[in-house]
Amino acid sequence: MVQEAVDVHMESRNLVVRYGNRVGVGVGGGVSLPLYRHRITALIGPSGCGKTTFLRALNRMHDLTPTARVEGEVLLDGENIYAPGVDPVLVRRRVGMVFQKPTAFPTMSIYDNVAAGLKLVGIRDRKRLDEAVERALKGAALWDEVKDRLRAPASGLSGGQQQRLTIARALAVEPEVLLMDEPTASLDPISTQAIEDLLLTLKEQVTVVIVTHNMQQAARVSDFTAFFLNGEMVEFGPTELLFTKPKDPRTEAYISGRFG
Amino acid sequence: MRRLYSHFGDRLFAFFLLLLALGVVALALLMAYELYRGGSLALGRFGLLGFALGREWDPVVQKAFGAWPYILGTFIVSFSALFLSFFPALAAAIFAAEYAPRWLAQIINFLLDLMAAVPSVVYGLWGIFVLAPWLRDKVQLPLYMWAAEHLPGLLPLLGVPTGYGLMTAVLILASMIVPYTAALARDAIALVPKEHREAAYALGATRWEVMRLAILPLARGGIIAGAFLALARAVGETMAVTMVIGNSHKLPYTLFGGAATMPSVIANEFTEAVEDLHLSALIAVGFLLFLVSMLVNSTAAYVLRRQERLVKGVL
Ligand SMILES: Nc1ncnc2c1ncn2[C@@H]1O[C@H](COP(=O)(O)OP(=O)(O)O)[C@@H](O)[C@H]1O
Ligand SMILES: [Mg+2]
Repeated sequence: MVQEAVDVHMESRNLVVRYGNRVGVGVGGGVSLPLYRHRITALIGPSGCGKTTFLRALNRMHDLTPTARVEGEVLLDGENIYAPGVDPVLVRRRVGMVFQKPTAFPTMSIYDNVAAGLKLVGIRDRKRLDEAVERALKGAALWDEVKDRLRAPASGLSGGQQQRLTIARALAVEPEVLLMDEPTASLDPISTQAIEDLLLTLKEQVTVVIVTHNMQQAARVSDFTAFFLNGEMVEFGPTELLFTKPKDPRTEAYISGRFG
Repeated sequence: MRRLYSHFGDRLFAFFLLLLALGVVALALLMAYELYRGGSLALGRFGLLGFALGREWDPVVQKAFGAWPYILGTFIVSFSALFLSFFPALAAAIFAAEYAPRWLAQIINFLLDLMAAVPSVVYGLWGIFVLAPWLRDKVQLPLYMWAAEHLPGLLPLLGVPTGYGLMTAVLILASMIVPYTAALARDAIALVPKEHREAAYALGATRWEVMRLAILPLARGGIIAGAFLALARAVGETMAVTMVIGNSHKLPYTLFGGAATMPSVIANEFTEAVEDLHLSALIAVGFLLFLVSMLVNSTAAYVLRRQERLVKGVL
């Protein structure tokens, strides 16, 4: 398959995250990983290997964990988001995040959930909000299911719908990069399918990094895959190559199901 | 044999628990009934409404008993205290829960607990010896003099600047109920799941915006319940209020002048109520107070339960 030229959108360099004295991710010299623009990169590996820890370093979520310390660099379009003077709030507006559990704001309506991020950046104009909400809900493949009840509370949606709502909420502010931490782990197969389909259209607009427990999912949706083990980034490469011709014996053992 | 024995023990224990639980309920009902019976002489004479809305309370000459001045006093004092204390208490809770470093939060929480543990007679003493004289000399007198010169129309609202009256009682009471509102608000904020804060942060929200988007909406019920519990405490508070409120039921009440509340009139007149009707009227005031407290407390319990369901629903 011939791919058009890809350029690096985000990149970690020698990244190490510690919780107190324990290394959460970055064993063996730190993680250096390119994230290509408008491509989907999957992070795989057994539970506890540091996938979430790595992902949260990409939009400075570790700032909220008092024990966590980040070393090394994360470049977003060539600029280090950990450089002094960089406002983490602005980083998070460019690099959005979707969590494992659906986290729709339960007291708000569907509409207000999607508009929440837009209102944060000061958009109040009714028409612009309406348009952005519709665009985001369509982008998250939820529009047809909720267009008649935008004013209903978000808590009335199913788990799969709530997860797509949080994706819509993240998309509404038009981030450049979308980080997803096991977004389908708590969903049924049909909702999972809907989100996987969605990912393939999403990458036309955003760069996606997805953590997944599920190797088949990584193989289905991603363009690149990074394999983590015990806090170390063992191997990175195009998904096809990594799954068919892994270089590292540990990767081979993992994808052939010998552990994890 | 063993089985039977333990089975029997289980049932005995359950029966015992049930008995105790029913005992508590029965006690509350009995108390309400006894208060009603004790007050029935006065309630029968004036009628429930006539008693509650009657403005005359004269045990000596007219032998007329209307509880309105005390009901009014209770409402003015407790709602003003709640209003004054609510926002500082909420601010303390938010600061302790979300902004302060851990050591400072611990100090704040310790001080709040301490404030709740101080006996109310101590608040009363502090009111008598420190707050009342200070208010009289530094606030009430200057204000009174200023009004006398520039705005004489204000004088009837201000009343006599003695230091012992409505204003002092409200201030003392406000500081007494701060820890109730603050503690419940703090717990409600701490209960909000981490995921919801992080979801707001991930949207690019600042700390205050996270508060507004993710935390306060979920903690709202607990905060309101805290306010109701504080109100219940304020409605029933006797000692400190009686010590500083000036104990006058002359209407209309003024800002500086004396006033009285339902608990304060009971505490004040109980020992000197020799006539049956007077005693009965005081017990009837107690009956009304019981009803009001029940209402406020059950509202708080109801709001708290809804809050728990809301938070559990999203966990
Ligand atoms: N907040 C935290 N405090 C301390 N240790 C943590 C924290 N979060 C994760 N860890 C540890 O860091 C390591 C990596 O965890 P994580 O990134 O969550 O793994 P994964 O997402 O791959 O399952 C684990 O050993 C975990 O116990
Ligand atoms: Mg994880």
